[in-house]
Amino acid sequence: MAYPTTFRYTKEHEWIEVKGDTGTVGITDYAQHELGDVVFVELPKAGAKLKAGQSFGTVESVKAVSEIYSPVSGDIVETNGALANEPEKINQDPHGAAWLVKVKLSNPGDLASLMDAASYEAYVAEKQKETSA
Amino acid sequence: MGARMVNFGGWDMPVEYPSGGIIAEHLAVRTRVGLFDVSHMGDIRIERSGTPGGALAAVQHISMNDAAKLSIGQAHYSALLYPQGTFVDDLIIHRLAEESYLLVINAGTREKDWNWVRDNVHGFACAARDASNDYTQLAIQGPRAAETLRKLTDADLTPIRNYWFTTGTVCGLRDVLIARTGYTGEDGFEIYVPSDAATSEMVWNRVLEAGKECGILPCGLGARNTLRLESKMALYGHEISDTINVWEAGLDRFCKLEKGDFIGSAALAAAKAAGLRRTLVGLEMIDRGIARDDYKVFDETGTEVGYVTSGSAAPFLKKNIALAYVPPSLSTVSTNLLIEIRGQRLRAQVVPTPFYKRPKK
Repeated sequence: MAYPTTFRYTKEHEWIEVKGDTGTVGITDYAQHELGDVVFVELPKAGAKLKAGQSFGTVESVKAVSEIYSPVSGDIVETNGALANEPEKINQDPHGAAWLVKVKLSNPGDLASLMDAASYEAYVAEKQKETSA
Repeated sequence: MGARMVNFGGWDMPVEYPSGGIIAEHLAVRTRVGLFDVSHMGDIRIERSGTPGGALAAVQHISMNDAAKLSIGQAHYSALLYPQGTFVDDLIIHRLAEESYLLVINAGTREKDWNWVRDNVHGFACAARDASNDYTQLAIQGPRAAETLRKLTDADLTPIRNYWFTTGTVCGLRDVLIARTGYTGEDGFEIYVPSDAATSEMVWNRVLEAGKECGILPCGLGARNTLRLESKMALYGHEISDTINVWEAGLDRFCKLEKGDFIGSAALAAAKAAGLRRTLVGLEMIDRGIARDDYKVFDETGTEVGYVTSGSAAPFLKKNIALAYVPPSLSTVSTNLLIEIRGQRLRAQVVPTPFYKRPKK
């Protein structure tokens, strides 16, 4: 899967797409692939505050629990309700329908430290080399 | 095969395969057929050497089940116990011939088990041998396992009942042990073929080919764990260990105190008289959440009462289930308990086990 160039990426494999002062956040295709079949998602409700770099929820596969870290600071304006009943969407469409939360950024400067698509792709390629070594 | 690998007891094992994933592999075994590479398991042979009866006496001494009840061609589940009545390992014992036994043991405890067996049978008229490197073990499991295996063997599988075995030619290889055993709760077979890489690979590929029209999937450790959990089968280090005794683990029906003394029998008799302090129960989550291994269990007053031995999402049952040790007073079905999941205490209920039982034909 190609990594959308309109997204920015974290080292923990989250993505964010910013439009104006609102960002949509999800986990990347690499992350869902590493996790395996997702069976459970735990996310905060609208109104919750996020802090850049801090865990704000979990995505669970059959065998593992994975924390999700926020790329930015801000307030959650919307949580993806579809994931409660269809967590497997995260495996099927991690960059689209399986977005996790929408957040109003409190500090657009947070975006500067995130990777662009090309950097993230290189980062993931390195990771894959490590695991297959 | 591009499988996602993990270190399991010193072995490089696939957790799942790209063709499936844990859920797809689990469902394949429950509804069609799946193939597992279980060659990491260990094998020990015990044969008579000297006075007749030596092999049986040796097995009876180290194993809790009654090997005298085994017919030639029959296998049973048992365990090797420490003198305290706790587990060295669980295993399957096959009676190959009049005085010839095959013990199939877990990968993670192979060396420990072999040392234990060797040290404890030396007083008997038998020859014990670590035969692990002789065999590659493959498990073909599911309602269409027989249909798949039939294409590859001249052996007549129909008369082989559950926990019985035969030998036959499989994929052109002669005298292959074919046992109707498994760790999934489904019908299925475990076959023991020569262990050289070329042969093992050939058989693996031929089974996948033969199972293609049944929709066979190669299955990894992930599905192996969820399948055995739904069927309430013990995993060493979780439901059974060197600090857990046979009664606590609920394995009474495989422990035959009446056969006479064996390692652990005296401690078990005493423990039986003293009464159970904890017991293994099945739990189903009521609140949204997945209980995982080692999570703490609380009663409704908030007192810590036990812990989870194995927990997971159950792919076939579509529930979140767990096995846990709790006091006997809290073990009745429908008892409400709380499991601490990352700081939150979520409700669970004791349910009957096994969680899943395959439909009778």
